Amino acid sequence: MLEYGKTKLLQGNEACVYGALYAGVQFFAGYPITPSTEIAEGMARILPHIGGKFIQMEDEIGSIAAIIGASNAGCKSMTATSGPGYSLMQENIGYAYMTETPCVIIDVQRGGPSTGLPTKIAQADMMQARWGTHGDYNAIALAPSSAKECFTETVRAFNLSERFRTPVTVLTDEVLGHMREIMTIPEEGELKVHKRQKPDVPPDWYRHFEITPSLVSPMAAFGEGYRYNISGLTHDPDGFPTAVPSEIKAKLEKLHHKIDNYLDEITSFRTEMMDDAHVAVFSYGTVARASYQAVKMAREKRIKVGAIQPFTIWPIDEARIKSMLDGVKKVIVAELNMGQLFYEIQRVAPKSTEVFHLGRYDGEVMTPLQILQKIREVL
Amino acid sequence: MNKTVIKSDVTHHYLRPKKKFPNVWCAGCGNGIVMGALIRAIDSLGYDKDEVAVVSGIGCSSRMPVYLDFATLHTTHGRALAFATGVKIAKPHMKVIVITGDGDALAIGGNHFIHACRRNIDITTILIDNKIYGMTGGQFAPTTPGGAIATTAPHGNYEKQFDVVKLAIGAGASYVARGTVYHVDQLEKLIVGGLKKKGFAVIDTFSNCHTYFGRFNREGDAVEMIRWFKKNALPVEAVEKIPPEKRVGKFVTGLIYESDATEFCDEYQMLVDRLAGKGNAQ
Amino acid sequence: MTTRAASKSMGKKDGSEKPEDRYEIRLSGSGGQGLILAGVILAEALGIGDGKNVVQTQSYGPEARGGASRADLVVADGEIYYPKTMKLDLLLALTQEACDKYYPDLKEGGTLIVDSTMVTQVPTKNYYGLPFMQLAREEVGIVMVANVVSLGAISELTGIVTRDSIRNAVLARAPRGTEEKNKKALELGIEAAKKLLKEKR
Repeated sequence: MLEYGKTKLLQGNEACVYGALYAGVQFFAGYPITPSTEIAEGMARILPHIGGKFIQMEDEIGSIAAIIGASNAGCKSMTATSGPGYSLMQENIGYAYMTETPCVIIDVQRGGPSTGLPTKIAQADMMQARWGTHGDYNAIALAPSSAKECFTETVRAFNLSERFRTPVTVLTDEVLGHMREIMTIPEEGELKVHKRQKPDVPPDWYRHFEITPSLVSPMAAFGEGYRYNISGLTHDPDGFPTAVPSEIKAKLEKLHHKIDNYLDEITSFRTEMMDDAHVAVFSYGTVARASYQAVKMAREKRIKVGAIQPFTIWPIDEARIKSMLDGVKKVIVAELNMGQLFYEIQRVAPKSTEVFHLGRYDGEVMTPLQILQKIREVL
Repeated sequence: MNKTVIKSDVTHHYLRPKKKFPNVWCAGCGNGIVMGALIRAIDSLGYDKDEVAVVSGIGCSSRMPVYLDFATLHTTHGRALAFATGVKIAKPHMKVIVITGDGDALAIGGNHFIHACRRNIDITTILIDNKIYGMTGGQFAPTTPGGAIATTAPHGNYEKQFDVVKLAIGAGASYVARGTVYHVDQLEKLIVGGLKKKGFAVIDTFSNCHTYFGRFNREGDAVEMIRWFKKNALPVEAVEKIPPEKRVGKFVTGLIYESDATEFCDEYQMLVDRLAGKGNAQ
Repeated sequence: MTTRAASKSMGKKDGSEKPEDRYEIRLSGSGGQGLILAGVILAEALGIGDGKNVVQTQSYGPEARGGASRADLVVADGEIYYPKTMKLDLLLALTQEACDKYYPDLKEGGTLIVDSTMVTQVPTKNYYGLPFMQLAREEVGIVMVANVVSLGAISELTGIVTRDSIRNAVLARAPRGTEEKNKKALELGIEAAKKLLKEKR
């Protein structure tokens, strides 16, 4: 059970469970897969006690389908998985983008491709979280780096998902999912919990995909007096399949701009020692913690280095990153893959900033010494 | 024999008239007949439109929900039952109906199909079984008879077939029936039975795809194909009285299997009640 | 953070390799000795009882089945950045294999505690040895509580955790019906360590 204000020793995966409960999750569907299984186990244990619904589906395709179904029937819904399962879910994640269905997917990253390294860490699903399903769409993905952040970023994932009617991925990793850390559950009301906006028009006037000035459409639920069609086919504002070029264009632009227009609300960063930094380490998730450690060690040696950690991996806030790197001569992008975030930072960094990649992809977490060494190397 | 009364006013009440009519189906397609039977079945049960959700996947038959004035969810290929499972668990009071085809339910969606049967979740599945992939232009399906021609079986189909009824019974569905688009009254009754059943109901509905199956296999136009259903259907009540040699090449129709296995949402509620009596989780 | 062990630590410091505001612990032995649970109990004692920041990690998967098993803890008053251990301040080894494998990770002057009947070849003279398994088997009657006996010894030998906190944490995690045995095991470890300290003096 969720005990507000209580200090607990929680695994990252357990913290995701409690974060989801804090955000008001009502439905969870999942399929066992290492290293995410503790999330499904926690949900199976707690949800039946609090009026929530849990189902173990026959596969990850079914899991994501079930949570989309439940979300359209009015429930805050979530699933959790890892690499192979995340790959299986991609078609239906696309369906959630297209049908603007709020839902939260937690991907506890492990090594890949394929079955890869079920019990070892990687951060190689970042691009999949943006481009994993086919077609044109915009994506939100968040990345915590501690048990506490697993909690708060899961809450934020629900909020953004419900606020913008879109699926949101939380990218954690094997080390984060399994490590236990002391954290205090926030008090009730301490964190904002967003409630889905319901229509305030009579059913006859309701359009499920209406292109509103804010671009976010209020959302009715099945069985509550509003009858409408939802389709993965490109559709008009009423949800009926369309082949009209202007309607197709309007739909895709809605999917893009309802996220890009709200970067300030969606993106979030932490910076350390950046005020006078000549060198910056840019990293997220578990690696960010190694970066802070390395920065601390480097500062003790009077090296002017700082760290930037994005909690929002997608969308990339180009303007903000540019301004954060303003005056920074060199930036090291540290990540557990052979280059993903690196290319994004290279794309958006100011011309005067040189971008270096520090990758690790042997199933082990990056160490502070490795980062410190790279800092010395680029100086 | 009763004459079917076409209650078009009733039908129109459940359609979305201003929406995307005419429909996408070929003239003579059995899908419209099934849609009519479904509407009459729902009307006869007096369900409120707001308590009905119709979920479908991809294929000709899966276009049906678009035309119906209920909560309708047109999903991805093969996954309708998984989406419907989420809807049903989230809103157990709703009547959840899945419209699917033989390719949608048995090939790409085969895993969801057997697991929905196994859970015995209260969903009524109308499986429109036309023995071919129509929307993509006539490829063979898991139900296509041996030897039949399809675009991906140009030399005749050499694969074996699923028997939908046996599959559903074996997997645990608690209401398993077969109807055809010729036997419209019976189909309506079977759908009513499926909707009233608290559990997973499968109505394997033989339908005609004269555009592809009929044309490729020289089975004639819509009328000829539907006549074939009339000629070869064996009502389940009569089947025992017919000597085995006369059953060859025919198929059984009617309510073939029914059990009173506990339904999934009821099981879940029992768990919730049990825990409520027992105290708190860790 | 300051602890009795840290302030007592002898020898030169490893300076560049690890910041001094972290205290790092590894509990090691073989699979089935309850070391992960011991790690969880110690983490809860430190984190919930004593108000420290704690991160506990372990190895998962095939690596974790059989052979040497371990639970690692990083403890600090402030924020813990890097969650894994870098250079151990305290190593508990319940088997020879674990001692051989992990001793190189112990910092110079770090505290080594071994099961004296299981670890016969100790790579240093500067260590504490107590027969945890034997004490558990003979005094409590179940060998499974050796992990709790060792927690008692750790609390006495290092002073990293307050007595109340470790007692509460052990009781909170003891399966129903085994509270008394676990309590006894903890006190046994504390008493054995007290005796050892007296002898060493």
